[in-house]
Amino acid sequence: MRLLEHQSKNLLSNFGLVFTEPTPVESMGEVRAAVERVGLPAALKAQTPFGGRGNIGAVRFAETVDQAVTAAEVLLGMDVRGTTVEVISIEPKLNYEREFYVGITWDTVAKLPVALLSLAGGVDVESARSDQVARQPFDPWMGLAPYKGREMAAEVGLTGKILVGVGDTLAKLSQTFLTCDGITMEINPLVVTKDETLIGLDARVEIEDEAVYRQRERLEPLGELTMTAAGRPPTPLELEAQGIDATDHRGVAGRVVEFDGDLALLIGGGGASLTVFDAIKAHGGNPANYCEVGGNPTEEKVAAITSLLLSKPGVKGMAVIMNVVNNTRADVIARGVVMGVEDAGKKPAETISLFRVPGNWEAEAREIMEAAGVEVYGREVSLDAAARLAVERNRAHVA
Amino acid sequence: MLLDPKAGVLVQGITGREASRMVEDSLAYGSNIVAGVTPGKGGQRVHGIPVYDTVAAAVEEHRATISTVSVPPSAVLDAALESFDAGMLLCLIMTERVPQLDTSKLLVAARRAGCTVIGPNSLGLIRPEIAKLGTIGGRVDNVRRSFMPGRVAVLSRSGGMTSEIASYLTSRGVGQSIAIGVGGDAIIGSNFTELIELLEDDPATDAVVIYGEPGGAAEEQLAARLKQQPSRLRIVAFLSGKFVDDLEGVRFGHAGVIVEGGRGSVRGKVKALREAGVFIAETFEEILEGLSLAH
Repeated sequence: MRLLEHQSKNLLSNFGLVFTEPTPVESMGEVRAAVERVGLPAALKAQTPFGGRGNIGAVRFAETVDQAVTAAEVLLGMDVRGTTVEVISIEPKLNYEREFYVGITWDTVAKLPVALLSLAGGVDVESARSDQVARQPFDPWMGLAPYKGREMAAEVGLTGKILVGVGDTLAKLSQTFLTCDGITMEINPLVVTKDETLIGLDARVEIEDEAVYRQRERLEPLGELTMTAAGRPPTPLELEAQGIDATDHRGVAGRVVEFDGDLALLIGGGGASLTVFDAIKAHGGNPANYCEVGGNPTEEKVAAITSLLLSKPGVKGMAVIMNVVNNTRADVIARGVVMGVEDAGKKPAETISLFRVPGNWEAEAREIMEAAGVEVYGREVSLDAAARLAVERNRAHVA
Repeated sequence: MLLDPKAGVLVQGITGREASRMVEDSLAYGSNIVAGVTPGKGGQRVHGIPVYDTVAAAVEEHRATISTVSVPPSAVLDAALESFDAGMLLCLIMTERVPQLDTSKLLVAARRAGCTVIGPNSLGLIRPEIAKLGTIGGRVDNVRRSFMPGRVAVLSRSGGMTSEIASYLTSRGVGQSIAIGVGGDAIIGSNFTELIELLEDDPATDAVVIYGEPGGAAEEQLAARLKQQPSRLRIVAFLSGKFVDDLEGVRFGHAGVIVEGGRGSVRGKVKALREAGVFIAETFEEILEGLSLAH
């Protein structure tokens, strides 16, 4: 779950990290008063979960109140990667001498959290020279000790008060990361003002979705949060699929991502869904959706998701393809599919291009599908071959 | 070699629905399950296996060096620490949705205790007709149809694809020395590189098929290791999720499957593995082709 900039700053401030104070504004009516309170010159920043705002004009500066109003008019309601900007943050614009990047993330190879420090702050972090970057994995039970932070600062050539301050910032950020179940926590840029104090101008925090259950007390005071990691906002069909999946905790029949094609896919599990989707595209097919079925979902869930996917305009038919199932029952999937097709007012024989779910209870599944007039394949037909057949047959179907 | 068939197996969370079914299927396949643990349910029996309140109490009565963990996500860290403390040498964590911080913490403890961890989010591992750990393969009739003994190891980030690939190899007469669902999370106990280093010392294994996905750096890490030090094993890789390369920031399939900031793309993984001499199979048929080049 990604926090917006002002939420990120508020969270990190609770742990002794220092930032320019964000003043969130949601409507034009609030802009003048906010600017007068913050003072001039001011920075106006669109609150989006995406990085690289500077490059797309989503951060603007104002010397006067009128300039601030003009900037706010552009930013409020601006479209950033398919999402509308609903909040901007107004902050004092600081003069500074130097800027750094500090961040904590996961090193999946070392299997440890890792602290990062770069002399190239701002928008240029990715292209920093290696002698300007320090990297230090640390123990998740302990956090990064302040002396390790100072060693990192020394490694990139920092000295004096700045070395001590950067070391301290890295240590505090590492503790915050562990306490709050971070995926990423960045202060960028962390700037040095004329009087040699360190202050963060921007912050980016992502909290692990699987750990949100134990972070509610820390997250709730931050205001409305979006659960999506990134990407575009979910479509109505995707939301409806989530709703179907949530009706029963047993198994997964959901996690739908909508695409533009004419072939609905009921596929699973996690890895096979990726494999089948690739194969459908490789054989020239146009998937109408990605989805995942697995963990032995109920017949009702399978039926509801089948009928939902078939309701999408332009869909001509559906392929049901899963890997050799270990704990999902193939007969439950079969009954659910037949029920779902009929609920959608269609006939299985004319809608389901093929059914390939080998493994547990496959003989029973075969009987059900063949009785409904659907072509059934077992493990002797590979996922790839099944995808090719599905594409060929769907061409013959009509929407 | 991982998974000694004579070693006693302890099932943590044995009274849960999935664990109970796993015990039934595993006993039918001949697994050496000696005891189970569910705090507060000591004294019960699950398919004839005695249940204890603590791992310490279980190992006082039974010899066990292998444990499986299928407890709720918030209880996994504690359960794993408990099993390391009791001297387990191999620990399979099956639970999905374990917070990454807990995984990282338990792996630090496992390293100190000298315990090998598979998972989290793993369906388990099997040495066909020797031993099986976890729900891999499901019911015993399906296990026998999917896996047969041989000299090819299968390592997969997806549990379902472990069975799918093994089943395909079996149907073409190619048996397996071991098949491991390594786990679908971004951080796991044993990744491709670590397992291949173990298999290099296994005289029963000639070749390895790996199944990779977008996200993480497990494939890149393996490529770097092979470039530095080539393996005696023939390695064939099948990677899914090419379409995810163009959908940055969206999570698909397993928790570990996400492409961000250009990192973790299938394109990048394929390139790195090819440069390291790994045969890339675009289809299942090409897996066989890649394996046959070994001889």
